[in-house]
Amino acid sequence: MKEMEAAMGLMRRIPPKHTETALSALLSLMPNHSSDLLSQVDQPLQVLCDVDCGKEFILCEYNRDADSYRSPWSNKYHPPLEDGSVPSSKMRKLESEANEIFAIYRDQYYEGGSSSVYMWEDENEGFVACFLIKKDGSKTGQGRRGYLEEGAWDAIHVIEVGPEEEENTSYRLTSTVMLTLTTNNEASGTFSLSGSIRRQMNMKLSFADGHLCNMGRMIEEMEGKLRNSLDQVYFGKTREMVCTLRPPSEVAQMRMPES
Amino acid sequence: MAEEEEESELSDKQKVEIAKWFLLNSPPGEIQYVAKDVKLILNDDGLFNEAASEAFPLYNKSHFIVLPMSDRSGDVLVTSFGELEDNAYLDPRTAQVAIVDHVKQVCTGVRPAQDEELATAYIEEFRFSLDAEILKYVEDVYPKGVCSVYCVNGKDTEGPGSDFELAVVISAARHSPQNFCNGSWCSVWNIVFKDEQQTVEVKGKLQVAAHYFEEGNVQLDAKHECKDATLFQAPEDCALALSSIIRHHETELHI
Repeated sequence: MKEMEAAMGLMRRIPPKHTETALSALLSLMPNHSSDLLSQVDQPLQVLCDVDCGKEFILCEYNRDADSYRSPWSNKYHPPLEDGSVPSSKMRKLESEANEIFAIYRDQYYEGGSSSVYMWEDENEGFVACFLIKKDGSKTGQGRRGYLEEGAWDAIHVIEVGPEEEENTSYRLTSTVMLTLTTNNEASGTFSLSGSIRRQMNMKLSFADGHLCNMGRMIEEMEGKLRNSLDQVYFGKTREMVCTLRPPSEVAQMRMPES
Repeated sequence: MAEEEEESELSDKQKVEIAKWFLLNSPPGEIQYVAKDVKLILNDDGLFNEAASEAFPLYNKSHFIVLPMSDRSGDVLVTSFGELEDNAYLDPRTAQVAIVDHVKQVCTGVRPAQDEELATAYIEEFRFSLDAEILKYVEDVYPKGVCSVYCVNGKDTEGPGSDFELAVVISAARHSPQNFCNGSWCSVWNIVFKDEQQTVEVKGKLQVAAHYFEEGNVQLDAKHECKDATLFQAPEDCALALSSIIRHHETELHI
Protein backbone atom coordinates (compact mmCIF):
# COMPACT_ATOMS: atom_id res chain seq x y z
CA MET A 1 0.00 0.00 0.00
CA LYS A 2 2.19 2.76 -1.31
CA GLU A 3 -0.30 5.47 -0.40
CA MET A 4 -0.19 4.51 3.30
CA GLU A 5 3.63 4.49 3.22
CA ALA A 6 3.59 7.94 1.65
CA ALA A 7 1.01 9.14 4.18
CA MET A 8 3.02 7.87 7.14
CA GLY A 9 6.12 9.45 5.58
CA LEU A 10 4.35 12.80 5.52
CA MET A 11 3.25 12.43 9.13
CA ARG A 12 6.90 12.02 10.13
CA ARG A 13 7.84 15.28 8.47
CA ILE A 14 4.98 17.66 9.15
CA PRO A 15 5.58 19.82 12.25
CA PRO A 16 4.00 17.96 15.17
CA LYS A 17 1.89 20.99 16.09
CA HIS A 18 0.05 20.49 12.77
CA THR A 19 -0.70 16.79 13.32
CA GLU A 20 -4.46 17.24 13.45
CA THR A 21 -4.58 19.40 10.32
CA ALA A 22 -2.34 16.98 8.46
CA LEU A 23 -4.44 13.97 9.44
CA SER A 24 -7.58 15.78 8.40
CA ALA A 25 -6.03 16.61 5.02
CA LEU A 26 -4.95 13.00 4.47
CA LEU A 27 -8.38 11.70 5.40
CA SER A 28 -9.94 13.90 2.75
CA LEU A 29 -7.37 12.93 0.11
CA MET A 30 -7.49 9.23 0.90
CA PRO A 31 -10.99 8.44 2.13
CA ASN A 32 -10.59 4.73 1.38
CA HIS A 33 -7.78 4.50 3.89
CA SER A 34 -9.56 6.27 6.71
CA SER A 35 -9.59 3.38 9.18
CA ASP A 36 -5.89 2.69 8.59
CA LEU A 37 -5.04 6.35 9.02
CA LEU A 38 -7.09 6.76 12.18
CA SER A 39 -5.53 3.74 13.82
CA GLN A 40 -1.94 4.38 12.77
CA VAL A 41 -1.58 8.12 13.16
CA ASP A 42 -1.19 9.24 16.76
CA GLN A 43 -3.00 12.39 17.65
CA PRO A 44 -2.76 14.47 20.80
CA LEU A 45 -5.10 13.00 23.37
CA GLN A 46 -8.36 14.65 24.31
CA VAL A 47 -10.47 14.14 27.39
CA LEU A 48 -14.12 14.19 28.29
CA CYS A 49 -15.70 14.28 31.68
CA ASP A 50 -17.75 11.30 32.74
CA VAL A 51 -20.88 12.98 34.10
CA ASP A 52 -21.78 10.01 36.28
CA CYS A 53 -18.70 10.09 38.44
CA GLY A 54 -17.09 13.42 37.65
CA LYS A 55 -13.85 11.82 36.48
CA GLU A 56 -12.06 12.56 33.23
CA PHE A 57 -11.47 9.87 30.66
CA ILE A 58 -9.28 9.88 27.56
CA LEU A 59 -10.62 9.58 24.01
CA CYS A 60 -9.10 7.32 21.39
CA GLU A 61 -10.06 4.98 18.57
CA TYR A 62 -10.29 2.08 20.99
CA ASN A 63 -13.20 3.48 23.00
CA ARG A 64 -15.01 5.11 20.11
CA ASP A 65 -18.18 3.88 18.49
CA ALA A 66 -19.69 6.16 15.82
CA ASP A 67 -19.27 9.63 17.34
CA SER A 68 -19.49 8.56 20.98
CA TYR A 69 -16.83 7.56 23.46
CA ARG A 70 -17.06 4.97 26.23
CA SER A 71 -15.97 5.93 29.72
CA PRO A 72 -13.81 3.31 31.45
CA TRP A 73 -15.26 4.38 34.81
CA SER A 74 -18.98 3.93 34.14
CA ASN A 75 -18.73 1.85 30.95
CA LYS A 76 -21.24 4.26 29.36
CA TYR A 77 -21.02 6.16 26.08
CA HIS A 78 -20.80 9.93 25.92
CA PRO A 79 -22.96 11.16 24.23
CA PRO A 80 -25.27 8.19 24.97
CA LEU A 81 -25.32 5.52 22.28
CA GLU A 82 -27.80 2.71 21.93
CA ASP A 83 -26.05 -0.64 21.47
CA GLY A 84 -22.61 0.89 21.66
CA SER A 85 -20.06 -1.93 21.72
CA VAL A 86 -18.80 -2.85 25.19
CA PRO A 87 -16.27 -5.48 26.32
CA SER A 88 -17.47 -8.85 27.63
CA SER A 89 -18.12 -8.98 31.37
CA LYS A 90 -14.90 -10.94 31.94
CA MET A 91 -12.97 -8.31 30.00
CA ARG A 92 -14.80 -5.48 31.74
CA LYS A 93 -13.79 -6.81 35.15
CA LEU A 94 -10.12 -6.83 34.17
CA GLU A 95 -10.50 -3.44 32.52
CA SER A 96 -12.00 -1.87 35.67
CA GLU A 97 -9.23 -3.22 37.83
CA ALA A 98 -6.63 -2.00 35.34
CA ASN A 99 -8.09 1.50 35.45
CA GLU A 100 -7.93 1.63 39.24
CA ILE A 101 -4.33 0.39 39.37
CA PHE A 102 -3.16 2.53 36.47
CA ALA A 103 -4.62 5.62 38.14
CA ILE A 104 -2.40 4.96 41.14
CA TYR A 105 0.65 4.48 38.91
CA ARG A 106 -0.17 7.68 37.08
CA ASP A 107 -0.54 9.64 40.27
CA GLN A 108 2.77 8.37 41.63
CA TYR A 109 4.78 9.17 38.52
CA TYR A 110 2.93 12.16 37.17
CA GLU A 111 1.34 13.75 40.24
CA GLY A 112 -1.82 14.57 38.41
CA GLY A 113 -3.06 14.19 34.86
CA SER A 114 -5.64 11.71 33.53
CA SER A 115 -5.43 8.04 32.66
CA SER A 116 -7.65 5.45 31.02
CA VAL A 117 -7.41 1.78 30.10
CA TYR A 118 -9.50 0.07 27.42
CA MET A 119 -9.56 -3.66 26.72
CA TRP A 120 -11.19 -5.87 24.16
CA GLU A 121 -10.93 -9.46 23.02
CA ASP A 122 -9.29 -10.15 19.68
CA GLU A 123 -9.76 -12.99 17.21
CA ASN A 124 -6.75 -14.96 18.42
CA GLU A 125 -8.16 -15.88 21.83
CA GLY A 126 -6.01 -13.25 23.39
CA PHE A 127 -6.91 -9.65 24.04
CA VAL A 128 -5.67 -6.12 23.52
CA ALA A 129 -5.26 -3.49 26.21
CA CYS A 130 -4.67 0.19 25.63
CA PHE A 131 -3.25 2.30 28.46
CA LEU A 132 -3.38 6.08 28.03
CA ILE A 133 -1.99 8.96 30.04
CA LYS A 134 -2.44 12.67 29.54
CA LYS A 135 -0.56 15.22 31.57
CA ASP A 136 -0.66 18.97 31.13
CA GLY A 137 2.32 20.57 32.81
CA SER A 138 1.82 24.09 31.64
CA LYS A 139 1.42 26.94 34.06
CA THR A 140 2.56 24.77 36.95
CA GLY A 141 5.79 23.53 35.42
CA GLN A 142 8.98 25.51 35.64
CA GLY A 143 11.27 24.86 32.72
CA ARG A 144 14.90 25.87 32.45
CA ARG A 145 13.92 28.86 30.42
CA GLY A 146 11.26 29.94 32.86
CA TYR A 147 7.52 29.74 32.71
CA LEU A 148 6.30 26.83 30.65
CA GLU A 149 3.58 28.23 28.42
CA GLU A 150 2.67 24.86 27.02
CA GLY A 151 3.79 21.50 28.32
CA ALA A 152 1.96 18.33 27.47
CA TRP A 153 2.82 14.64 27.78
CA ASP A 154 0.55 12.14 26.06
CA ALA A 155 1.37 8.45 26.32
CA ILE A 156 -0.32 5.60 24.47
CA HIS A 157 0.62 2.02 25.30
CA VAL A 158 -1.05 -0.75 23.32
CA ILE A 159 -0.40 -4.28 24.53
CA GLU A 160 -1.37 -7.31 22.48
CA VAL A 161 -1.70 -10.23 24.85
CA GLY A 162 -1.40 -13.70 23.33
CA PRO A 163 -3.54 -16.66 24.36
CA GLU A 164 -2.44 -18.28 27.62
CA GLU A 165 -0.01 -21.03 26.71
CA GLU A 166 1.42 -23.64 29.06
CA GLU A 167 3.64 -21.51 31.19
CA ASN A 168 4.10 -18.21 29.45
CA THR A 169 1.97 -15.64 27.74
CA SER A 170 3.36 -13.39 25.06
CA TYR A 171 2.94 -9.66 25.33
CA ARG A 172 3.70 -7.19 22.57
CA LEU A 173 3.84 -3.56 23.65
CA THR A 174 3.83 -0.62 21.23
CA SER A 175 4.30 2.69 23.01
CA THR A 176 4.07 6.22 21.73
CA VAL A 177 4.84 9.32 23.72
CA MET A 178 3.91 12.73 22.38
CA LEU A 179 5.52 15.68 24.06
CA THR A 180 5.09 19.40 23.57
CA LEU A 181 7.12 22.07 25.31
CA THR A 182 6.73 25.74 24.58
CA THR A 183 8.25 28.65 26.43
CA ASN A 184 7.63 32.21 25.51
CA ASN A 185 9.24 35.14 27.20
CA GLU A 186 10.52 38.59 26.41
CA ALA A 187 14.17 37.81 26.77
CA SER A 188 14.56 34.61 24.81
CA GLY A 189 11.59 34.65 22.43
CA THR A 190 9.61 31.53 21.57
CA PHE A 191 11.07 28.10 21.99
CA SER A 192 8.97 25.20 20.91
CA LEU A 193 9.99 21.57 21.02
CA SER A 194 7.39 19.00 20.12
CA GLY A 195 6.95 15.61 18.61
CA SER A 196 6.52 11.95 19.27
CA ILE A 197 8.60 8.84 19.68
CA ARG A 198 7.45 5.28 19.26
CA ARG A 199 9.00 2.01 20.48
CA GLN A 200 8.12 -1.64 20.70
CA MET A 201 8.86 -4.33 23.25
CA ASN A 202 8.06 -8.05 23.19
CA MET A 203 8.08 -10.26 26.24
CA LYS A 204 7.07 -13.77 27.26
CA LEU A 205 6.08 -13.79 30.87
CA SER A 206 4.67 -16.29 33.31
CA PHE A 207 0.97 -15.94 33.92
CA ALA A 208 1.54 -16.67 37.63
CA ASP A 209 1.68 -12.99 38.56
CA GLY A 210 -1.36 -12.13 36.52
CA HIS A 211 -1.83 -10.01 33.44
CA LEU A 212 -2.06 -6.68 35.17
CA CYS A 213 1.18 -7.17 37.01
CA ASN A 214 3.00 -8.20 33.83
CA MET A 215 1.57 -5.36 31.77
CA GLY A 216 2.27 -2.86 34.52
CA ARG A 217 5.90 -3.91 34.69
CA MET A 218 6.34 -3.64 30.94
CA ILE A 219 4.80 -0.20 30.81
CA GLU A 220 6.86 1.06 33.71
CA GLU A 221 10.06 -0.16 32.07
CA MET A 222 9.08 1.25 28.71
CA GLU A 223 8.14 4.66 30.08
CA GLY A 224 11.49 4.86 31.83
CA LYS A 225 13.31 4.08 28.59
CA LEU A 226 11.19 6.49 26.61
CA ARG A 227 11.76 9.25 29.09
CA ASN A 228 15.51 8.81 28.72
CA SER A 229 15.21 8.57 24.98
CA LEU A 230 13.18 11.73 24.88
CA ASP A 231 15.76 13.53 26.94
CA GLN A 232 18.47 12.46 24.55
CA VAL A 233 16.47 13.14 21.44
CA TYR A 234 14.55 16.24 22.38
CA PHE A 235 17.28 18.03 24.17
CA GLY A 236 20.38 16.20 23.08
CA LYS A 237 19.88 15.78 19.34
CA THR A 238 18.29 19.13 18.72
CA ARG A 239 20.90 20.94 20.75
CA GLU A 240 23.58 19.02 18.87
CA MET A 241 22.06 20.21 15.60
CA VAL A 242 22.00 23.83 16.71
CA CYS A 243 25.59 23.63 17.91
CA THR A 244 26.60 22.16 14.56
CA LEU A 245 24.95 25.03 12.71
CA ARG A 246 26.52 27.63 14.95
CA PRO A 247 29.03 26.36 17.54
CA PRO A 248 28.64 28.20 20.85
CA SER A 249 31.35 30.71 21.59
CA GLU A 250 32.30 29.05 24.87
CA VAL A 251 34.44 26.16 23.76
CA ALA A 252 33.99 24.71 27.25
CA GLN A 253 32.61 21.20 27.68
CA MET A 254 29.17 20.57 26.27
CA ARG A 255 27.03 19.42 29.12
CA MET A 256 23.69 17.74 28.51
CA PRO A 257 21.07 20.23 29.64
CA GLU A 258 19.10 19.31 32.72
CA SER A 259 15.49 19.07 31.72
CA MET B 1 -19.94 20.89 6.30
CA ALA B 2 -22.98 22.31 4.57
CA GLU B 3 -24.29 19.20 2.86
CA GLU B 4 -23.16 15.60 3.21
CA GLU B 5 -23.21 14.00 -0.22
CA GLU B 6 -22.83 10.29 -0.75
CA GLU B 7 -19.26 10.78 -1.93
CA SER B 8 -17.93 14.18 -0.95
CA GLU B 9 -15.17 14.47 -3.49
CA LEU B 10 -12.61 17.18 -3.08
CA SER B 11 -12.56 19.79 -5.83
CA ASP B 12 -9.35 20.23 -7.84
CA LYS B 13 -8.84 23.57 -6.15
CA GLN B 14 -9.06 21.96 -2.71
CA LYS B 15 -6.59 19.24 -3.68
CA VAL B 16 -4.11 21.83 -4.90
CA GLU B 17 -4.46 23.80 -1.66
CA ILE B 18 -3.83 20.69 0.43
CA ALA B 19 -0.80 19.75 -1.65
CA LYS B 20 0.56 23.27 -1.27
CA TRP B 21 0.03 23.14 2.48
CA PHE B 22 2.12 19.97 2.83
CA LEU B 23 4.88 21.39 0.65
CA LEU B 24 5.01 24.70 2.50
CA ASN B 25 5.19 22.97 5.87
CA SER B 26 8.12 20.74 4.96
CA PRO B 27 11.00 20.89 7.42
CA PRO B 28 14.32 22.40 6.23
CA GLY B 29 15.93 20.30 3.51
CA GLU B 30 12.94 17.98 3.11
CA ILE B 31 10.64 19.51 0.55
CA GLN B 32 11.75 17.10 -2.17
CA TYR B 33 10.88 14.09 0.01
CA VAL B 34 7.54 15.62 0.91
CA ALA B 35 6.91 16.39 -2.77
CA LYS B 36 7.45 12.73 -3.69
CA ASP B 37 4.91 11.54 -1.12
CA VAL B 38 2.37 14.22 -1.97
CA LYS B 39 2.64 13.49 -5.69
CA LEU B 40 1.98 9.81 -5.08
CA ILE B 41 -1.05 10.43 -2.89
CA LEU B 42 -2.51 13.11 -5.14
CA ASN B 43 -2.20 10.80 -8.14
CA ASP B 44 -2.68 13.69 -10.57
CA ASP B 45 0.49 15.18 -12.04
CA GLY B 46 -1.29 18.23 -13.45
CA LEU B 47 -2.66 19.24 -10.05
CA PHE B 48 0.64 18.41 -8.34
CA ASN B 49 2.60 20.58 -10.76
CA GLU B 50 0.21 23.45 -10.16
CA ALA B 51 0.68 23.14 -6.40
CA ALA B 52 4.45 22.78 -6.74
CA SER B 53 4.83 25.80 -8.99
CA GLU B 54 3.09 27.92 -6.36
CA ALA B 55 4.57 26.38 -3.22
CA PHE B 56 8.24 25.92 -4.11
CA PRO B 57 9.08 29.61 -4.70
CA LEU B 58 7.45 30.56 -1.38
CA TYR B 59 9.25 27.78 0.47
CA ASN B 60 12.61 28.55 -1.12
CA LYS B 61 12.40 32.23 -0.22
CA SER B 62 11.19 31.73 3.32
CA HIS B 63 13.94 29.18 3.98
CA PHE B 64 16.62 31.33 2.34
CA ILE B 65 17.90 28.38 0.38
CA VAL B 66 21.41 28.47 -0.95
CA LEU B 67 22.07 27.34 -4.52
CA PRO B 68 25.41 26.91 -6.26
CA MET B 69 25.53 29.21 -9.26
CA SER B 70 25.49 27.38 -12.56
CA ASP B 71 28.89 28.77 -13.56
CA ARG B 72 30.40 27.55 -10.28
CA SER B 73 31.40 31.09 -9.33
CA GLY B 74 29.89 30.76 -5.87
CA ASP B 75 26.55 30.48 -4.12
CA VAL B 76 23.42 32.55 -4.40
CA LEU B 77 20.87 33.06 -1.65
CA VAL B 78 17.24 32.88 -2.72
CA THR B 79 15.40 35.60 -0.81
CA SER B 80 12.57 38.03 -1.40
CA PHE B 81 15.10 40.86 -0.88
CA GLY B 82 17.09 39.82 -3.89
CA GLU B 83 14.17 38.86 -6.12
CA LEU B 84 14.18 40.75 -9.40
CA GLU B 85 11.54 38.71 -11.21
CA ASP B 86 9.85 35.43 -10.37
CA ASN B 87 12.92 33.38 -10.91
CA ALA B 88 15.80 35.86 -11.03
CA TYR B 89 17.82 36.55 -7.90
CA LEU B 90 20.48 39.17 -7.39
CA ASP B 91 23.77 38.37 -5.71
CA PRO B 92 24.99 41.86 -4.74
CA ARG B 93 28.49 40.71 -3.81
CA THR B 94 29.33 39.57 -7.31
CA ALA B 95 26.80 41.81 -9.08
CA GLN B 96 25.34 38.79 -10.83
CA VAL B 97 21.79 37.62 -11.33
CA ALA B 98 21.02 33.92 -10.98
CA ILE B 99 18.15 32.32 -12.88
CA VAL B 100 16.52 29.71 -10.71
CA ASP B 101 14.26 26.70 -11.31
CA HIS B 102 12.31 26.69 -8.07
CA VAL B 103 10.80 23.23 -8.28
CA LYS B 104 14.09 21.56 -9.13
CA GLN B 105 15.90 23.88 -6.70
CA VAL B 106 18.78 24.58 -9.05
CA CYS B 107 20.35 27.62 -10.63
CA THR B 108 20.03 27.22 -14.39
CA GLY B 109 21.89 30.29 -15.55
CA VAL B 110 23.81 33.40 -14.50
CA ARG B 111 24.05 36.85 -16.06
CA PRO B 112 25.72 40.09 -15.00
CA ALA B 113 23.42 42.52 -13.18
CA GLN B 114 22.32 45.62 -15.04
CA ASP B 115 23.05 49.05 -13.62
CA GLU B 116 19.37 49.67 -12.79
CA GLU B 117 19.39 46.50 -10.71
CA LEU B 118 22.28 47.66 -8.57
CA ALA B 119 22.52 50.37 -5.92
CA THR B 120 24.19 53.76 -6.43
CA ALA B 121 27.83 54.24 -5.56
CA TYR B 122 26.84 56.09 -2.36
CA ILE B 123 24.67 53.22 -1.12
CA GLU B 124 27.14 50.63 -2.34
CA GLU B 125 29.82 52.02 -0.03
CA PHE B 126 27.69 51.20 2.99
CA ARG B 127 26.47 47.88 1.56
CA PHE B 128 29.94 46.76 0.58
CA SER B 129 31.57 47.62 3.91
CA LEU B 130 28.83 45.89 5.87
CA ASP B 131 29.01 42.86 3.59
CA ALA B 132 32.74 42.56 4.18
CA GLU B 133 32.33 42.63 7.97
CA ILE B 134 29.39 40.21 7.94
CA LEU B 135 31.33 37.84 5.71
CA LYS B 136 34.17 37.82 8.23
CA TYR B 137 31.72 37.18 11.06
CA VAL B 138 29.92 34.39 9.26
CA GLU B 139 33.12 32.64 8.24
CA ASP B 140 34.27 32.86 11.82
CA VAL B 141 31.13 31.58 13.50
CA TYR B 142 29.15 29.42 11.07
CA PRO B 143 30.82 26.29 9.68
CA LYS B 144 28.51 26.29 6.66
CA GLY B 145 26.98 29.73 6.66
CA VAL B 146 26.10 31.85 3.64
CA CYS B 147 25.33 35.55 3.86
CA SER B 148 24.36 38.51 1.78
CA VAL B 149 23.60 42.20 2.25
CA TYR B 150 20.88 43.81 0.11
CA CYS B 151 19.64 47.34 -0.26
CA VAL B 152 15.91 47.04 0.23
CA ASN B 153 14.96 50.70 0.23
CA GLY B 154 16.51 53.77 -1.30
CA LYS B 155 18.93 52.04 -3.63
CA ASP B 156 18.88 55.03 -5.98
CA THR B 157 19.91 57.50 -3.28
CA GLU B 158 22.74 59.61 -4.72
CA GLY B 159 24.06 61.12 -1.48
CA PRO B 160 23.30 62.18 2.09
CA GLY B 161 19.89 63.68 2.78
CA SER B 162 17.67 60.61 2.53
CA ASP B 163 16.98 57.51 4.53
CA PHE B 164 17.82 54.09 3.16
CA GLU B 165 17.55 50.51 4.37
CA LEU B 166 19.82 47.49 4.11
CA ALA B 167 19.01 43.87 4.93
CA VAL B 168 21.51 41.31 6.13
CA VAL B 169 20.59 37.66 5.57
CA ILE B 170 22.48 34.78 7.14
CA SER B 171 21.54 31.23 6.31
CA ALA B 172 23.10 28.01 7.58
CA ALA B 173 21.70 24.57 6.97
CA ARG B 174 22.73 21.05 7.86
CA HIS B 175 21.08 18.21 6.03
CA SER B 176 21.86 14.77 7.30
CA PRO B 177 19.02 12.57 6.07
CA GLN B 178 21.06 9.40 6.55
CA ASN B 179 21.14 10.27 10.25
CA PHE B 180 17.46 11.20 10.19
CA CYS B 181 18.35 14.73 11.19
CA ASN B 182 18.05 18.13 9.48
CA GLY B 183 18.37 21.66 10.72
CA SER B 184 18.58 25.30 9.71
CA TRP B 185 19.49 28.66 11.12
CA CYS B 186 18.23 31.84 9.46
CA SER B 187 18.67 35.39 10.54
CA VAL B 188 17.44 38.54 8.91
CA TRP B 189 18.61 41.93 10.07
CA ASN B 190 16.77 45.00 8.79
CA ILE B 191 18.90 48.09 9.13
CA VAL B 192 17.41 51.53 8.61
CA PHE B 193 19.80 54.44 8.16
CA LYS B 194 17.99 57.56 9.35
CA ASP B 195 19.54 60.62 7.82
CA GLU B 196 17.87 63.34 9.88
CA GLN B 197 18.38 61.71 13.27
CA GLN B 198 21.81 60.44 12.18
CA THR B 199 21.03 57.09 13.73
CA VAL B 200 20.89 53.55 12.43
CA GLU B 201 18.08 51.34 13.71
CA VAL B 202 18.49 47.60 13.73
CA LYS B 203 15.83 44.93 13.92
CA GLY B 204 16.76 41.28 13.95
CA LYS B 205 14.71 38.13 13.45
CA LEU B 206 16.35 34.79 14.13
CA GLN B 207 14.85 31.40 13.49
CA VAL B 208 16.29 28.01 14.27
CA ALA B 209 14.70 24.74 13.25
CA ALA B 210 15.73 21.13 13.77
CA HIS B 211 14.04 17.86 12.83
CA TYR B 212 14.92 14.43 14.15
CA PHE B 213 12.96 11.51 12.77
CA GLU B 214 14.63 8.19 13.50
CA GLU B 215 12.21 6.91 16.11
CA GLY B 216 9.38 9.29 15.49
CA ASN B 217 9.08 12.97 14.66
CA VAL B 218 10.64 15.57 16.94
CA GLN B 219 10.95 19.19 15.86
CA LEU B 220 12.46 22.27 17.39
CA ASP B 221 11.26 25.70 16.38
CA ALA B 222 12.89 28.63 18.13
CA LYS B 223 12.35 32.29 17.21
CA HIS B 224 13.85 35.43 18.59
CA GLU B 225 13.40 39.10 17.75
CA CYS B 226 15.52 41.96 18.92
CA LYS B 227 16.21 45.63 18.39
CA ASP B 228 19.22 47.79 18.69
CA ALA B 229 20.66 51.05 17.36
CA THR B 230 23.90 52.78 16.61
CA LEU B 231 25.17 56.11 15.25
CA PHE B 232 25.12 56.99 11.57
CA GLN B 233 28.81 57.18 10.77
CA ALA B 234 31.10 56.57 7.83
CA PRO B 235 30.48 53.27 6.00
CA GLU B 236 33.34 51.32 7.60
CA ASP B 237 32.56 52.50 11.12
CA CYS B 238 28.90 51.62 10.67
CA ALA B 239 29.88 48.20 9.37
CA LEU B 240 32.04 47.48 12.40
CA ALA B 241 29.37 48.64 14.86
CA LEU B 242 26.61 46.74 13.09
CA SER B 243 28.44 43.46 12.80
CA SER B 244 29.31 43.70 16.47
CA ILE B 245 25.64 44.24 17.33
CA ILE B 246 24.62 41.28 15.19
CA ARG B 247 27.27 39.01 16.68
CA HIS B 248 26.22 39.97 20.21
CA HIS B 249 22.52 39.28 19.72
CA GLU B 250 23.03 36.05 17.80
CA THR B 251 25.30 34.68 20.47
CA GLU B 252 22.62 35.43 23.08
CA LEU B 253 20.07 33.18 21.37
CA HIS B 254 22.08 30.07 21.99
CA ILE B 255 20.13 27.20 23.43
